[in-house]
Amino acid sequence: MARVEIKRKSAEEATAAGEIVSGGITLRFRDDADHDWRHVEGDADLPDGGAVVVPLARLAETLDLNRFAAVGVRLAPADDARALAPYLTRLALVEIGFLTFRDGRGYSAARILRDDLKFSGEIRAVGQVLADQLFFMVRCGFDALELDPSVREETALRELERFQLVYQKAADARAPVWAVRGG
Amino acid sequence: MYQYDSFDAAIVQTRVEQFRDQVARRLSGELSEEQFRPLRLMNGFYLQLHAYMLRVAVPYGTLSSTQLRALAHIARKYDKGYGHFTTRQNIQYNWIRLEDGPDILADLAAVEMHAIQTSGNCIRNITTDQFAGAVAGEVVDPRIWSEVLRQWSTFHPEFSFLPRKFKIAVTATEQDRAAVQWHDIGIEILKNAAGEIGFKVLAGGGMGRTPIIAKVVREWLPAEHFLSYIEAIMRVYNRYGRRDNIYKARIKILVHEIGIEKFREEVEAEWQQVLPTHIDVPAAEVARIAAYFTPPAFETIVPPVAAHEAALKADPAFAHWVARNVVAHKVPGYAIATISLKPVGGIPGDASADQMDAIADLADQYSFGDVRVTHEQNLVLPHVRLADLHAVWRKLVEIEVATPNAGLVSDIIACPGLDYCTLANARSIPIAQDIANRFADLERQRDIGELKIKISGCINACGHHHAGHIGILGVDRKGVENYQISLGGSGAEDASLGELIGPGFNDAGVVDAVEKLIEKYRAIRQEGERFLDTYRRVGAQPFKEAVYG
Repeated sequence: MARVEIKRKSAEEATAAGEIVSGGITLRFRDDADHDWRHVEGDADLPDGGAVVVPLARLAETLDLNRFAAVGVRLAPADDARALAPYLTRLALVEIGFLTFRDGRGYSAARILRDDLKFSGEIRAVGQVLADQLFFMVRCGFDALELDPSVREETALRELERFQLVYQKAADARAPVWAVRGG
Repeated sequence: MYQYDSFDAAIVQTRVEQFRDQVARRLSGELSEEQFRPLRLMNGFYLQLHAYMLRVAVPYGTLSSTQLRALAHIARKYDKGYGHFTTRQNIQYNWIRLEDGPDILADLAAVEMHAIQTSGNCIRNITTDQFAGAVAGEVVDPRIWSEVLRQWSTFHPEFSFLPRKFKIAVTATEQDRAAVQWHDIGIEILKNAAGEIGFKVLAGGGMGRTPIIAKVVREWLPAEHFLSYIEAIMRVYNRYGRRDNIYKARIKILVHEIGIEKFREEVEAEWQQVLPTHIDVPAAEVARIAAYFTPPAFETIVPPVAAHEAALKADPAFAHWVARNVVAHKVPGYAIATISLKPVGGIPGDASADQMDAIADLADQYSFGDVRVTHEQNLVLPHVRLADLHAVWRKLVEIEVATPNAGLVSDIIACPGLDYCTLANARSIPIAQDIANRFADLERQRDIGELKIKISGCINACGHHHAGHIGILGVDRKGVENYQISLGGSGAEDASLGELIGPGFNDAGVVDAVEKLIEKYRAIRQEGERFLDTYRRVGAQPFKEAVYG
C-alpha cells in the first residue's frame, strides 16, 4: 500500500451520539500529489483553470475546453462507470458518491474502473462513507476515502487493517487464501 | 466434512473481534442505530417482537456432533434451552441479549461456526441437499461447490450492500431436496458426456409477495468458470437491481422486468469482462476442499441384515418409522434416517438443548459424528448401519423425536409467525399445531401419503406457502387473522407455484378446510397418486367445491 495521507477539513464534527470528534477526514493511499479540486455542480459555470470535478453529463464539454490542470468526474450511484471508457486517459480523478451507505452500486463501479477499464487514476469514495465499509472499498479499488464526518480517524484506520486474510480476489493486491494456502 | 485450517479460523476469529468492537461503538454512541443495524444483521442479530433473535449459519446443513453440542450449549447458556431449525438449514435462537452477542460468536468460532451473513442484504448461507454424500445418484458431493461458494461469498467486498438479500442453493441429484428453483441463484451440478463436471445455472427464483420460479441462465457452465460466472450475475444484479422499493428489490423482479433473454445477455457480457480478472479458484483448491468430503470408512456389508429384518418384523412401530423416515443409502447395509422435529402438537423445527446433545451422541455412536439440517426443518443422521437402526430409533423415541411422519401431513413447514416476528400478520405455529392435532392418527396420515403443508404468517413467505402442496398464508383482515389456502405448489424438481382457491378462513375454519381438501383427495385419488398428483390431474374445481360448497 502507498503511504497514507490524512487530510482534515474541519476542526470538529459530531458523532451520532453528539460526541465531538475531529471530522472531515480524507484518507488517501496514493503517491502522487493531490489537487486543490473545485467541484462544479449542475449547470454552474466552469472556472478558468485549475483542477475541476464535474458531473458525468458535463465531462465531455469540460475536457474539450482543454484549459484545466486536472479534470475529475463525479459518478452518481446510477451512473454507468463504463461510460467513462473514452475519457479515462484524460481523467485524474473519479469520485464515486454514496448517497446512503446502504447503496452498494459504487463498489461495482470501482471494480469496473480498475479491473475492466484498467483506470489507474484516483478513485475517491464520497458521501456516506463509514468505518465498516472502508475495507470493502479499498478492496474494490478505491484509493481515497472521504470519510463521513461522524467517523473517528482511529476507528477508520483500525478497520482498514483488521482483516489480514481474504477469501476472494478483487481489485486490490491482496492474495486470496486459496493462493496463500500451501504457499 | 470441511474443517477450518488456520486461515479460516483466523478470519472467523477476526470477525468476532470486529463485532465486539462494533457493539462497543454502538453502546458508546459512535455508531447510530441506523448505521449499526446492517452490521448486526450481517452477524445474525435480528430484532424480533420480544427480543433479539440470533440466526447461526449451518453451512449447507452439515453439522458435526461437536458443533451440535455447541448449539445445545448456546441454547442453555444464552437462550431458554432450545433452538429453532429453519428452512435455510440454519438455527435460530429467539431470546438473545445483544450484549451477549460477541461472547456467543466467540463460542461458535471455537467450533468452526459463525453467524456471518445470515441476515442483511448480502449473500446468505449456501444451502444444499441434506442427503449429500449419502444418497445414490449424486454427480458429486454438492457440499464441495457449496463450500467454494461459502468462502467466496464471505465478506465479498463488492456484494455486501446488495439491493436485497440473496440466497443460493445447490443440488447434485435429479431429485431436488434443496428447492433450487425457488432461489435467487439455483445451481444444478451435472456431468457431460465427456465425464466433466459443470453446472446448470438458474436465477430469479424467489417467494415473498411476488413468487417466481427461477429461469435458466445457462444450461452448461464448465466447472473452471464457476465463480466468475456467479460473480457476473451478482454484478448485473448489484448494478441494476431496483433500490427504490424494498418489495421489488430481489433479483427475481429484475429478471422478470427485463426478461430472461436480456438478463442472460447482460450476464454473458459482464462475464467476458470478469473472466480476465482470474477470480476463479484453481482446480487444486477445489480438490483440497473435496478431500474433506471424502466418504467415511464404510464397512462392507451384504444385505439383508438379519438383525434389522428381525427388528422390522418384531416391532411394528419401528417398521412404520423405517418406512417413512428412512431412505436408502448409496452404500449397501447403511441407511439415511430423518429425525422428525415435528411431534404432533409441537413447534415445527424446535429442538431442546437436551435433544441436541442426545442426537450428537447418537451421531458419534452411529453416524460418523455427522448430522444434517433439512430445509423442511428436520434433522438427519446420514450414515447409519441398518444393524444399528433399531437402537437409534429407540433412543429417538426416548427423546421424543421419532414421529414417523417425514413428508406426511404433520411434517409441516411453518415460519415463526406472529408469536415471534415483527413482520407477521398472523400466527403460524398454532395453525401447524392444530392441523397436526387434527391428523394425529398416524394411520390416517399414512393413508393420506405424501402431503406437504407449508404455512407463512405474512406475505414474505418464510414458511414457503407458495411451494406447499397445500399452502396457507396468514393475513390480517381488519384486525382479525385470516388464512388463505393455495393448492398445487411444489418445492421439488417439479417446482410449481400454488394457486389461491378462494376466500380465506379464520383459525378454526382453515383446519376444517384442510380436512375437507384432504377428504376430497381421498375420495377421488387414483392408485399411487399423491395429493399433488391428483390436484394436477383434476385441477382446483373439485377441491373448491369441497371447501366452499
